[in-house]
Amino acid sequence: MSTITYREAVRQGIRDALVRDERVFVMGEDIGHYGGCYAVTLGMLEEFGAQRIRDTPLSESAFVGAGIGAALGGMRPIVEIMTVNFSLLALDQIMNNAATLLYMSGGQFNVPLVIRMATGAGRQVAAQHSHSLEGWYAHIPGLRILAPATVEDARGMLWPALNDPDPVLIFEHAMLYNVEGELSDDPVPVDISTAAIRRAGSDVTIIAYGGTVRTALAAAEQLASEGISAEVIDLRCLRPLDTPTIFASVARTHRALVVDEGWRSGGLSAEVSARITEEAFYDLDAPVARVCGAEVPMPYAKHLEDEAIPQVQDVIAAVRQMVA
Amino acid sequence: MTDAVSSPGSVVAATDVDAHMIHLLREMMRIRRFEERCVELYSRTAIRGFLHLAIGEEACAVGVMEALTPDDAVVATYREHGHALARGLSMRATMAELEGKVEGCSRGRGGSMHLFDASTRFYGGNAIVAGGLPLAVGLALADHLQGRRRVTACFFGDGAVAEGEFHESMNLASLWHLPVLFCCENNLYAMGTALKFTESETDLSLKASSYRIPSWEVDGMDVLAVEGAARQAAEAVRGGGGPHFLEMRTYRFRAHSMYDPDRYRDKGEVEGWKEHDPIPALAAQLSERGAIADGDLERMESEIDDEVQDAVTFADAGTFEPIEDLERFVTSEHSSGATP
Repeated sequence: MSTITYREAVRQGIRDALVRDERVFVMGEDIGHYGGCYAVTLGMLEEFGAQRIRDTPLSESAFVGAGIGAALGGMRPIVEIMTVNFSLLALDQIMNNAATLLYMSGGQFNVPLVIRMATGAGRQVAAQHSHSLEGWYAHIPGLRILAPATVEDARGMLWPALNDPDPVLIFEHAMLYNVEGELSDDPVPVDISTAAIRRAGSDVTIIAYGGTVRTALAAAEQLASEGISAEVIDLRCLRPLDTPTIFASVARTHRALVVDEGWRSGGLSAEVSARITEEAFYDLDAPVARVCGAEVPMPYAKHLEDEAIPQVQDVIAAVRQMVA
Repeated sequence: MTDAVSSPGSVVAATDVDAHMIHLLREMMRIRRFEERCVELYSRTAIRGFLHLAIGEEACAVGVMEALTPDDAVVATYREHGHALARGLSMRATMAELEGKVEGCSRGRGGSMHLFDASTRFYGGNAIVAGGLPLAVGLALADHLQGRRRVTACFFGDGAVAEGEFHESMNLASLWHLPVLFCCENNLYAMGTALKFTESETDLSLKASSYRIPSWEVDGMDVLAVEGAARQAAEAVRGGGGPHFLEMRTYRFRAHSMYDPDRYRDKGEVEGWKEHDPIPALAAQLSERGAIADGDLERMESEIDDEVQDAVTFADAGTFEPIEDLERFVTSEHSSGATP
């Protein structure tokens, strides 16, 4: 076992893929000479060369579309989009091509493409670099949406994503890159379809993903000292949702709290909440509750930004209310 | 693609050149007749949704396809019946697709705007204006990375030139020296708005040149001119010359779609362009050369009528995909449905 950062884990995953499969290449803005805006791809240009580590112009639509075309042409592209807000410039390609080609073509054309991007707030980069839009993408049939929350998933999700015959979007929370975790030196295969129970508990199920898993775990730790036993589910895969794991947990705890940095209205938390209400309603002893991002464009000032995203104390307060 | 020499038909050509010209004529006539039947089928509601006809523009599709090999790729627009047929998609499967039948080339999932065919490397049928350009750049990137000497031909209209994706794709293809043949069918109107109302610079090949992409302008109503330019451009692309740009000046004789009342064009303008109809123009050339005699055209028309009728009969007799298969092919996981 070694202690490594989430950034290093993502880097190892990419490096392993480049070594294992010559069809894999990486392209995106500032990934080569600059080394990646989060330094994930630092040193890869020198190691793998400019054919496989491709700096792109600031043309999100063209290079995401080129990733789709290259995938159709037999390659296994990893496309990096600098941050989730920029992905909106490529939304046409993601939605109208990547997600639809297999269906529109009657099953003839798979798009084995992986798109990685940073998501989330916490760095005071304000309203055009900080949102959590993975819930929007999870709305789209034809895509698989992943949110690695641990170093193991940060390293391990990429390979199965590249082997998925369909497009996979991986959302890496920007506040996780410097977080350290324990990781076995030999990569352990991970799946990209199930949720994981990160902490077992019996009084309430806290459902989180990506950046909010740490928040949920910290809250559960404090709640334990108050005698409240919280189970923490890391969704891992936002589309398709692993509802059996959620329902089984709710059947044990009878309470569910969804923690989502994204906006509440029409968001991923709404979907998870609705699924529980539809299919596990009679297991519930209390209404499903949510702790979400405030419905504002992300503010710059630190105190406002903190207020806009789910904090440990918000989760604790919500749980206390549910079990009271 | 139909081979000139082996294509079925009653017309006996004197020379290889004549035979080739007759082949081009036949291909354009097939597309024309196919689309005329589409109008009839639309009227009797066998075809629904959007139906965009390329009547008048046949020389572009036919001319460019002559320059391609079976290994090359084609990315087309939503006005792509001609591209599909000229590329060699089965007329039966194309018509069945328009009728929404499971025997269609996209199993009835795509319709007129989304014809796909893996066997001829026909990547659609893209109904987002300029949305196919990045895709074509990527197909060419895959060829480049795998050392294959193939061409990706990407069709789009003059309207696409106003989209950001056009400029991003031109830049990327040129920057990375990728084997794309950009085929701009300039029919002077982006749906119902004339080029002069949408472009600050109406010389479209100038835009390509500004990205250091060699560009040609060609009479899109002259199939031989299109073929000549396309062959020259495709060979340059195949030979490692990077992307090339072909602007074909053409015109659609019909409205934009079946919903379009065509209020924005002067009737005289339309009639004027009809005098440049590529089909009678080529037929006249063949006649002057003595390559076709009295009755030959009629015989070709009759053979094509039979082929189109056969496609309609096939489509009419086709079946609708069972509704149980609605979610099939959303992802590959869902691909293993009951039907083979």
